[in-house]
Amino acid sequence: MTVRALLLILWLPVQAAAQGFAGLGTDADGFAVPTPDPVFDFPKDHGAHPDYRIEWWYLTANLTGPDGTAYGVQWTLFRSALAPETREGWTDPQVWFAHAAVTTPDRHLVAERIARGGIGQAGVTVDPFEAWIDDWRMSGLDVEMLDLTARGTDFAYDLDLRATGPLVFHGNGGYSVKSAQGQASYYYSQPFYEVSGTLTLPSGDIPVTGAAWLDREWSSQPLADNQSGWDWFSLSFDKDDKLMGFLLRDDAGGVFSSATWIASDGTTTAYPDGAFRARALEWHEVAGRDVPVRWAVQMPDRGVDVTVTALNPDAWMALSIPYWEGPVIVQGSHAGRGYLEMTGYD
Amino acid sequence: MVLTVQDVKKSFPGAEGEVPVLRGVSLTLERGETLALTGESGSGKSTLLHLIGGLDRVDGGSITVAGREITDMSDTDRAALRRTDVGVIFQQFNLIPSLTVEANIAFQARLAGTYDVAHAKRLSAALGLTDHLLKYPEALSGGQQQRVAIARTLTARPKLVLADEPTGNLDEATAAEVLGQMLALVRETGAGLLMVTHSQSVARRMERHVHLSQGHVV
Amino acid sequence: MTWVTLTALLSHWRCNRLQFFALVAGLALATALWSGVQAINAEARASYDAAAATLGEGQFDQLVPRSGDRIDQATYIALRRAGWQVSPVLEGRLRTNAGSVRLVGLEPLTAPGTIAPVGMSEDANLDDFLTRGVLFAAPDVADALGRTVAQRIITDPSIAPGVALTDIGVAQSLLDAEGRLSRLIVSPLQPMGLPPLEDIAPGLLRQPAQDAGADRLTDSFHLNLTAFGLLSFAVGIFIVHGTISLAFEQRRSMVRTLRALGVPLRTLIGLTVLELSLFALVAGGIGVALGYVIAAVLLPNVAATLQGLYGASVAGTLQLRPDWWLSGLAIAVLGTGLAASGALWAIARMPLLSSARPRAWAVASGVTARRLGALAVLLFLTGIGIAIWGQGLTLAFALLACLLIGAALILPLLLRSAVTLADRQARSAMWQWFWADTRQQVPGMSLALMALLLATAANVGVSTMVSSFRVTFVDFLDQRLAPELFIRIEDTAQSADLEAFLLTNASDVLPLLTVDTDVAGVPTELYGVRVGPTYRENWLFLDDTPDVWDRVEAGRAVVVSEQLARRAGLWTEDTVTLAPDLTLPIAAIVADYGNPLGQALIAEPLFRQLYPDVVPVSFGVRSDDPDRLRRTLTEEYGLPDAAITDQARIKAFSLEVFERTFTVTGALNVLTLAVAAFAILMSLLTLASIRVPQLAPAWALGLTRRRLGQLELLRAVVLALVTTVLAIPLGLMLAWVLLAYVNVEAFGWKLPIYLFPAHYAMLTVFALAAAALAALWPAIRLARTPPSDLLKVFANDR
Repeated sequence: MTVRALLLILWLPVQAAAQGFAGLGTDADGFAVPTPDPVFDFPKDHGAHPDYRIEWWYLTANLTGPDGTAYGVQWTLFRSALAPETREGWTDPQVWFAHAAVTTPDRHLVAERIARGGIGQAGVTVDPFEAWIDDWRMSGLDVEMLDLTARGTDFAYDLDLRATGPLVFHGNGGYSVKSAQGQASYYYSQPFYEVSGTLTLPSGDIPVTGAAWLDREWSSQPLADNQSGWDWFSLSFDKDDKLMGFLLRDDAGGVFSSATWIASDGTTTAYPDGAFRARALEWHEVAGRDVPVRWAVQMPDRGVDVTVTALNPDAWMALSIPYWEGPVIVQGSHAGRGYLEMTGYD
Repeated sequence: MVLTVQDVKKSFPGAEGEVPVLRGVSLTLERGETLALTGESGSGKSTLLHLIGGLDRVDGGSITVAGREITDMSDTDRAALRRTDVGVIFQQFNLIPSLTVEANIAFQARLAGTYDVAHAKRLSAALGLTDHLLKYPEALSGGQQQRVAIARTLTARPKLVLADEPTGNLDEATAAEVLGQMLALVRETGAGLLMVTHSQSVARRMERHVHLSQGHVV
Repeated sequence: MTWVTLTALLSHWRCNRLQFFALVAGLALATALWSGVQAINAEARASYDAAAATLGEGQFDQLVPRSGDRIDQATYIALRRAGWQVSPVLEGRLRTNAGSVRLVGLEPLTAPGTIAPVGMSEDANLDDFLTRGVLFAAPDVADALGRTVAQRIITDPSIAPGVALTDIGVAQSLLDAEGRLSRLIVSPLQPMGLPPLEDIAPGLLRQPAQDAGADRLTDSFHLNLTAFGLLSFAVGIFIVHGTISLAFEQRRSMVRTLRALGVPLRTLIGLTVLELSLFALVAGGIGVALGYVIAAVLLPNVAATLQGLYGASVAGTLQLRPDWWLSGLAIAVLGTGLAASGALWAIARMPLLSSARPRAWAVASGVTARRLGALAVLLFLTGIGIAIWGQGLTLAFALLACLLIGAALILPLLLRSAVTLADRQARSAMWQWFWADTRQQVPGMSLALMALLLATAANVGVSTMVSSFRVTFVDFLDQRLAPELFIRIEDTAQSADLEAFLLTNASDVLPLLTVDTDVAGVPTELYGVRVGPTYRENWLFLDDTPDVWDRVEAGRAVVVSEQLARRAGLWTEDTVTLAPDLTLPIAAIVADYGNPLGQALIAEPLFRQLYPDVVPVSFGVRSDDPDRLRRTLTEEYGLPDAAITDQARIKAFSLEVFERTFTVTGALNVLTLAVAAFAILMSLLTLASIRVPQLAPAWALGLTRRRLGQLELLRAVVLALVTTVLAIPLGLMLAWVLLAYVNVEAFGWKLPIYLFPAHYAMLTVFALAAAALAALWPAIRLARTPPSDLLKVFANDR
């Protein structure tokens, strides 16, 4: 989920000004760079990789209340390194930030946190697993059983997650290519969480159940220079198959696409550029810009020809780094639910 | 028939209600024909000219210019008619002071989209303006300015030329000369000419003569 | 057709370049003033914020240790991990060879947005700040600091004197306080369902945000500056209106000819709008650039923009932000539209037939002047109505508009009357001709003189407002910050001990006893004060009676705040019941800006009698060497640094920030006058061509050209003098509306108005000089008109 790359491109200039932007495009500054055919080492790789520039623990959930109302929840922890190392105390060059959101059909509540590493305010440990910033936590004995909490001024949630399938690896065994020029990241997911828990909204507590999807990704040179934004889809079909697909848009109007088909048993098929197609059908004005909130998504190889519609078109993440992220409803050849993230619509 | 005026009536608001100026005037003009319109001050001759030029609207009656009834036309259509079919020559010349003589001459034809350089050159030469083309109007004498106005009108090849005391601001000798050039050139183009004048000597040089008095043709 | 017509329309400007220049320059100047003021406003606000932030004063609640002066960093982490949105601060003194520097360590990522006090420039960035160590230092300590520490020093004038800012980690190592913090700033936005503070950090005490009085004063100041910006723009619009009307007037015959030749009215209007929009955009662009220059020149030191680090741009200098220059362009286009709407309306309505002879540019012939005068009276009446019955900020601004537009409209009539009056006194034929001729000039110069009127009035008004503001603010600071140090302790048990210590070490100790109570139904802070020279010498009253402090000291009277007096409907000599069996007369009313509560002051002995249990926790301390006393208190007595406020520094810094703003206002005054002078110059130059036929007869009758030139100059000065004399009362009214009306509507309290006659005299001189300077060139041109030009008038006479 290269998603966060733009966030970081927006974020990093603040910090990278001294080094110059050249560093973003290549493997400069001593940061490690993803290489093909990765061998993962769990649980260690659930933790942080400080020698890579950016990394995230990204969870989205499609939930349902007792009256059938659909909800969406997002919980994301980002790590952004100013230098490829860790240090004790305030001089630690690792900066952490996090976004949390609850989406209802007519509200979208968001909050963010930011913290420095090295002092215990934010971080990730693997055994037992805990990813935290302030009081926001994703924790459990391992990533198969997680407790997830976050809160803002006007919302809170506390969810239990239980994985019912294996981890899945995108691209080539977890090596996910992001542009024709070869930019890449390590990328795997746990898309098989069953969820139950409580949302606290201004109107009161709501018990919810549903499904969640965790993405883990890290890299150092996430996007090509000319890439301007992306549209990322994670769709869970009622027939238990899942589809992750994204379009990376470039300045010239071209796209680079990539997709992973996830069967109900967790076996994956990776698709190269062009197999996954998405076309905007309807635009919606939010925060002073137009964002596509209904899409035609097709993957002829799998007979997928669906319409993806935002549950709440106003799911704008009005944070320091703004973007659109919210739950979607899938109709057409396959029915289901999912999450959509869109960046770079200025 | 390039112009037909039928029973045209026009009055203006005055201190004591509407003052009738034209009380039912009719006249016609053929292509290539010249007509003098005379009358005392206030007899309505300029008003009639303005009505024919579509600069004002009639209260009653009808005016047909180049086969088109103009009394019911919109302002925009009448403006278009003025660009293409009608040329107006004013007593005050009404040149555009910030354009050169050459640009002034070309102006109406350019508006109408019928500018023909050769034609304009010929007219300028015939009116003795060739040496003045790059000057601004303020540098010319009154007679020269009126020649520019005549050239401007004729360059656009109107079917009907309306002239309102065109020599009224000129001394006698210049007036005679300018008038002569104008009549010759109008005949050459085959347009109809309707000229308002109070001068009998001017009127005599035209083919036909209509006298307005008290708002009627006599 | 469109292109041909547009060429003809534009050709006018080629032949009238001066007019074109006047139009573009007028519009550009108007926009420049507007956007310059906006930029200055924004930057000034940022520096106030910086002042508040670096002084640690503020807008935020703080968590401080109940005892000792350090917090364990683990407590901070515990609070964060419980959800509390707090940001750590470490403060301490760093010794350098040139005295000690107050070092403030902050954590920029968690600090509330407006507090991030880091003057980021190209030299520094977040990475440097967080991981390498950078100190931002006030200019007075930068050098000494540079010789003491290894870190890079960036001099930042927006930081309070004697202070250096750095990252919390750097501060910990420099102050040798690893893992220790001084206090925690509490973000105003906290998540829902937080556990109570006592459960997580029982050793911390929450100190509420301090009185925001100064903040509100500055808010009021900014509101007034904004009004000034609008006013400047109005002055510019008068110029634009003048030039546009003139240009349209001169193009009337062309417009008629174009229509006679068959250009439809709609095309013509469309093209004119296009033409003007083009000019507006170009001139607006120039204006925004000029405004940028103005702001950059006037505020060299506010280069360090103090936006929050988060998502904000990092460039250090004044920026051409898109919203800023877009609003500049928008206001230019809007202003042009406003100025041109009349002219466009005239074109649309202009009959095709009536004589195409251009009219002289005249706003106000006798009849029009009277008509405008009547309109002005109507506006004044509306204004009076608003002043009496109106409420709310919008109406307050409407009142301002009525006043200013009314004054501008009535100006031609007043000028005519003044000239007529002078005419009656004239003895010689020449002077009679002079006055008659002057009257004839009034219509032509009306718009320029209106611009001068508004410019001068704006200057008088803004100077009065700013100076009143300064006097008030300085008084307020003197009064409230008279003791050099202010000490607040949390532990009442420590009170007596501390007082004893202070009495032996300080020249005067002023304990502040206070209880919250109700006086005349108004929630009030009742103070017991130790009456002494500090009160007697520094306190100024809005209204008082003889021997205020003697009576208070003797327990026979009380001093109350303006808020309490107004709300309770009381004034001096009224009696007020302070306690069940204590009723005292009010000896004086004191201003207490921005305090929502009422205040009442009685003598210490009386207070102790009433409330024997109340122990003072706040002390004002007078000292000749506050720095030493401060050291003694922290090092010998062990008082936490955060408990001591250095009021002298606060005062000095606040005054310095104010001085900066005053310099800006002064420069703006000069600029508006320059714009008005420009308007006069332009109208005189454009009138010059019309003038020749009017002056030729006087020349023929024996006045030399030199004399005529002198008279022209004199005429401009006379008209300007009348205008300026009218502008002063108008300006004072303006100031009155701003201070007594707009301020009350916006903030709920009145600022007293002070008059500065010498300043107004100087302004008058400036205005006259501006007018004379503007009239000089046209007059010289006139004096040098070749006789042949004058003779031509007679030759051409028709």
